[in-house]
Amino acid sequence: MSLNSRHLWHFHGGLKLPSNKAVSTIKPITRALLPKRLVIPVQQHIGEAGKLLVKVGDSVLKGQVLAQASSYVSASIHAPSSGKVVEIEELPVPHPSGLSALSVVIETDGEDKWIELSPLHHPNTKSPTELRQLIRQAGIVGLGGAAFPTAVKVNTGPHAEIDTLIINGAECEPSISCDDMLMRHYASEVISGCGLIQYIVSAKHCLIAIEDNKPEAIAALRAVITEKALHTIEVVVVPTIYPTGGEKQLIKVLSNKEVPSDGFPSDIGVLVQNVGTAVAIHKAICLGEPLISRIVTITGEGVQQAHNMEVLIGTPMSELIEQSGGYHDDAAKLIMGGPMMGFTLQTDHLPVTKACNCLLVSNAAEQTADAMPCIRCGACATVCPAQLLPQQLYWHASSKNFDLVQEYHLFDCIECGCCNHVCPSQIPLVQYYRFAKTEIWNQERDRIKSDHARIRHEFRQQRLDREKKERDEKLRKKKELLAKKKIAEAETKKTADETTEIDPKKAAIEAAMQRVKDKKSAQQTATTNLTSATESSNEKSTQEQ
Amino acid sequence: MQFKTATSPHLAQQNSVQSVMYKVLLAMLPGTIAMIVFFGWGVLVNIILASVVALSCEALMLLLRKRPLKPYLLDGSALLTATLLALALPQLAPWWLTLIGTAFAIIVAKHLYGGLGFNPFNPAMVGYIVVIISFPREMTQWVPPLLDDYTLLTFSETLRVIFHGELPLTYGWDAITMATPLDTVKTQLGLELSINEIENHKEYGSMFGAIGGFGWEWANGLFLMTGLYLCIKRIIDWRIPAGIIAAILVLSNLFALYDYASFTPPTFHLFSGGFMLGAFFIATDPVTAATTTKGRWLYGAGIGIFIYIIRTWGSYPDGIAFAVILMNMAAPLLDYYTMPRAFGHRWNEFPHHHLGDKDEE
Repeated sequence: MSLNSRHLWHFHGGLKLPSNKAVSTIKPITRALLPKRLVIPVQQHIGEAGKLLVKVGDSVLKGQVLAQASSYVSASIHAPSSGKVVEIEELPVPHPSGLSALSVVIETDGEDKWIELSPLHHPNTKSPTELRQLIRQAGIVGLGGAAFPTAVKVNTGPHAEIDTLIINGAECEPSISCDDMLMRHYASEVISGCGLIQYIVSAKHCLIAIEDNKPEAIAALRAVITEKALHTIEVVVVPTIYPTGGEKQLIKVLSNKEVPSDGFPSDIGVLVQNVGTAVAIHKAICLGEPLISRIVTITGEGVQQAHNMEVLIGTPMSELIEQSGGYHDDAAKLIMGGPMMGFTLQTDHLPVTKACNCLLVSNAAEQTADAMPCIRCGACATVCPAQLLPQQLYWHASSKNFDLVQEYHLFDCIECGCCNHVCPSQIPLVQYYRFAKTEIWNQERDRIKSDHARIRHEFRQQRLDREKKERDEKLRKKKELLAKKKIAEAETKKTADETTEIDPKKAAIEAAMQRVKDKKSAQQTATTNLTSATESSNEKSTQEQ
Repeated sequence: MQFKTATSPHLAQQNSVQSVMYKVLLAMLPGTIAMIVFFGWGVLVNIILASVVALSCEALMLLLRKRPLKPYLLDGSALLTATLLALALPQLAPWWLTLIGTAFAIIVAKHLYGGLGFNPFNPAMVGYIVVIISFPREMTQWVPPLLDDYTLLTFSETLRVIFHGELPLTYGWDAITMATPLDTVKTQLGLELSINEIENHKEYGSMFGAIGGFGWEWANGLFLMTGLYLCIKRIIDWRIPAGIIAAILVLSNLFALYDYASFTPPTFHLFSGGFMLGAFFIATDPVTAATTTKGRWLYGAGIGIFIYIIRTWGSYPDGIAFAVILMNMAAPLLDYYTMPRAFGHRWNEFPHHHLGDKDEE
């Protein structure tokens, strides 16, 4: 195996895990059959859901926009094949809690007919902004699993200077091999994508990081680089230690720099993109194709045939399993993602989404041993790649001391599961951290809500006070006016008496005022009557009871 | 198809408390066998007796605390406590001494604090301290190691001594028990003898071996080797014994250089008494030790310093138990002040309200 001359660093902790990748890399990537029904969730990314552009009954072509990115942090979705929109409903989506979300259902017509594509043959003639726009239109999101809109990520702003672009081909999670196979079979597309991103963010160097357990992928990419005589793109072989593929860990290994806890990689002049994303960018810009398919690893002891498939977004998982020979009898868990960070699904009647890199069917005879008490051995801290104290986090999370748990940097935890894996007491540590995070988020939401309520209440109180003041002021003024008038009246009367001369105008006014007074007193009596009537009826009803 | 759900990670956990405890117990076997060879059946009788008492007390406390019996009885922690305590006791200690020490260790030092994982002090050492303070005379019933002119008691003789206090007809207490090398050095230094004179003394000289106490040096050597193996296998943390040994080496070298006639040489410290057992098997009890990397260095160094101080100037011959308990007290503080810098943070910011003032809020 060819190693690199580049000096590498280490991140703290990590685990050497059995990779279990060989089984799914024997066969080449196969293309999944075109399903009858495609279910495309409108939101498959971090950010806001797109705005729907189609309605039930519409005919759509492959690559046609179904929902348009609605805000800056959003991503469009496209029809993965041609057909008819038959349903727009809340349908189950792959989510740890088995949620449903708005999805567009397309009945495919089997023709797989593309919309008109506009490939760019000379991307370098376009400005980075125009290319970013193409990435945005193609609905590309990070394909490493996070599904963050790529157009946002490659827009590093005018102030951040990107020195190094890191293309993440580490694929450190056991069992997953989709990036490995992608690099082997789409090496020139990967390199093309790297060049495009490098151009967009004007990065001086591009490092493609691959773990040393993927010699074929390393060789394939190096061959393309040599062939094209590229001097700024370099394949860097990194040791196979989980979680090297974590963004922050990979940056540390390659540059010895640490992304600040409250910052972004761009703060230290680095941008990280997944290899799959690089290929998607190549397709979007050079071929004009939006992101409508991805490579998915089907593997695990619970499935007949382990392999990688190129799958249209929206394809039901059950069909992929069927095309992999079906389940073994002892299939116990269906995991989306890898064994360390993936989440289990309740059913396989779910669509493949942009974030779905692997379907792992485990037959794990569950160790149902109850957790023992923590014996404070500290194995968790030894392996924690975020250099946290998982044990202290556990104590404080389990005692619901959410202030202290944050001071022990709970939110720097990447939930990689290393601590959990080595714990001799078999405590489900990550579960405690997720619980604490959720609780803190909820509290934060409640706090914001109550803050809102408090502010609203204060405003209302202020308004009431102001209104009361104004009323009082008015009343005072009225009274003053009235008093003045009375004095004036008395005076005029005096003068009138004195002069014994009655001004007809004044007499008219006086008469009118007298009338008003009479009316008022009449009303008052009426109200009093009414009140007493009600009271007496109340009394009656009380007596009846 | 429907599936069961679970939270990640989904890989089966490899490690268990039970396997850790049994590996440590297994690693103590060679040193223990050496002790039996040199000091007789009493060592074995003590271990068996302490184990029976420990498991009974553990079961009793689990029942009282309404905890499941099986996982805790099988976890090996009670057996480990019993074995450590038994090895620390004199070989001919009366049965009730072992019983009191072990019962106190399990019932008070372990379970009254909340059982496995919650005890702030090393149970075995608490048990040891209780008996050495309460019954100082019985705690001197050490037998001399197997020597040319001396035969060890037979198994049945040992049983009779331990359970009935009956001595074999031909022996008196003075004949079968004597002070340990550590004790002898301390006493004789007090009588103004030099180290050299003590080691070549016609009466006591034979109890000193090549580098430590005769017999003791074998047990210590074996505990050192198996302890190192546990360190390599990452079953115990190497920093704690390293800290202890480093502290002892620094102090003993300094003082021996200053006055070699009145201060024992470093090798004697390392290979006498329960030193290696203490450094690799007692001080490394994770529950009661510091947990951070730096904290463990300091914790080990602290124990080493206290061992040296107590052995040299204290009133007890060996200071491992006191040193360990003293540093147990310091462990939470060490952990607090040696928190590692978290990834992406510039320096370790201490939590503002640590040591239990959360009630104020």
